[in-house]
Amino acid sequence: MFRADAQEDDMQREQLESAPTAAEAWPDQIYDLLKQHGVRQVGLVPDAGHARLIKRCLADNDMKVVSLTTEEEGVALAFGAWLGGEKSVLLMQSSGVGNIINMLSVAIAHRTPCPIIVTMRGDFGEFNPFQVPMGNATQACLEAMGTLVKRADRPEDVAETVNATLRLAFNTYRPTATLLGQRLLGAKTFGK
Amino acid sequence: MSEIGIGPTGKLMRRDVVKALLENRDGMLAIGGLGAPAWDITAAGDSPLNLPLWGGMGGAAVMGLGLALAQPDRKVCVITGDGEMLMGVGSLATVAVQRPRNLSVVVLDNEHYGETGMQETHTKHGVDLVMMAKGAGIADSRLVRTAEELLKLRADIHAGNGPIFAQVKIDEGTQPLVLPPREASILQARMREAIMGPEAHLQ
Repeated sequence: MFRADAQEDDMQREQLESAPTAAEAWPDQIYDLLKQHGVRQVGLVPDAGHARLIKRCLADNDMKVVSLTTEEEGVALAFGAWLGGEKSVLLMQSSGVGNIINMLSVAIAHRTPCPIIVTMRGDFGEFNPFQVPMGNATQACLEAMGTLVKRADRPEDVAETVNATLRLAFNTYRPTATLLGQRLLGAKTFGK
Repeated sequence: MSEIGIGPTGKLMRRDVVKALLENRDGMLAIGGLGAPAWDITAAGDSPLNLPLWGGMGGAAVMGLGLALAQPDRKVCVITGDGEMLMGVGSLATVAVQRPRNLSVVVLDNEHYGETGMQETHTKHGVDLVMMAKGAGIADSRLVRTAEELLKLRADIHAGNGPIFAQVKIDEGTQPLVLPPREASILQARMREAIMGPEAHLQ
C-alpha cells in the first residue's frame, strides 16, 4: 500500500479538489447573461467548473444564491421562484442530472422556465470511473425528459449557447440546458 | 374559527387542521404536497392562492422556499405529508440556511403512505421529523397534537415568525377525494396572476 508523506498528501489532495484554473472570460460572460435576463435566484450544487461563476453570483446582492443538498431541489426552487415572478437558473455537474430526472416533470407539467447550466464530467479525458456512466448519459437523460439541450466545447461558444438556453427557457416555458464540455473545462487530472 | 375535530385514533382530523390554517388567510400562499395534502387544501376551498401538487414528490418545501424568496411580503405555507417530507428531508437544511421569515412547512403526519395502500412510513417507527428539522437548523420546529397547539401554530404562521416547521399528528383515516384542477399550467398561471396580476402573463 502506497502512503504519501504529509506534504505529498497535501499536494495530491489539492490537485484532487482544485478546479482547473478558469482564466477564461466565459464564466464572467455567463454571469453577464444572467444579469441581462434578470435572473434573481441561483440554485446550485457546487462544481469546480462553476466556481468562478458561483463567486460572482455570491458577490451580487440582487441574486439569491441557494445552496442545495441535491440537484432535484433546484428544479423545485425554479418552480417556486417562477410562481413568485422571479427567474432562476440551476448550476450543477453532469452527475447531478441523474438526481433531477423525475423532478423535471414539475417544470414540464406546469410549463416553468427552468434553465440549467451543467458542467460535464465523464467526458473528455475523465480519470474517475464513477463519473463516466452519468456523464455519458447526461444529454440522453435530459432529452428523454423533454429538456432542450445545447452544448459548448469551446470558450468562444459558451456565451451564445448559454444565451440560447436562457432564451429558450424564459421565452418558451420549459426546462433547457447547456452542457459545458470537459474540453472547455479541462479534465481533473488527480495528479496523474 | 372552524371546529377542529378529533378522529377515532384520538388525533386531529386532517381536513379540520388544514381548514383552520387557511381560514382568513389574508393572501397567504399555500403549496399542497403530492397526495392527500393537495386534496386537503382543495377541500378547504380551491383558490388561485393554492398550488396543489400532482407530482414532484420530495420537492414541496423547496418550492415553498423559492416562492417565499420571490415574494418576501407574502406568507407562504407548505402543507405536505410525512412521506413527501421524508423523501426530501435534506430540503429542511436548505430552508434553514436561507431563514425565510415568511415560510412555514407543516407536515400532516398520519404515519402512512395514504395514496398507495397505507404502507407505514418511518414516522410510524419513531423517526422524529421535529428533531430532524431542529437539527437542520429550523429553531422553531414543533410537534402539534392538540387543537390548542394548532391554533398557536396558526397564529405564529400568520404573524410571519418563520421559518416554522410543524409536524402535526393527524388521524390516519382516509377522507373523500376533493380533486383540484389537473392541468398544471393553469395551476401555475392562476397563482402567478393572483400575485402579480395580468402582467404575470407578459413576464
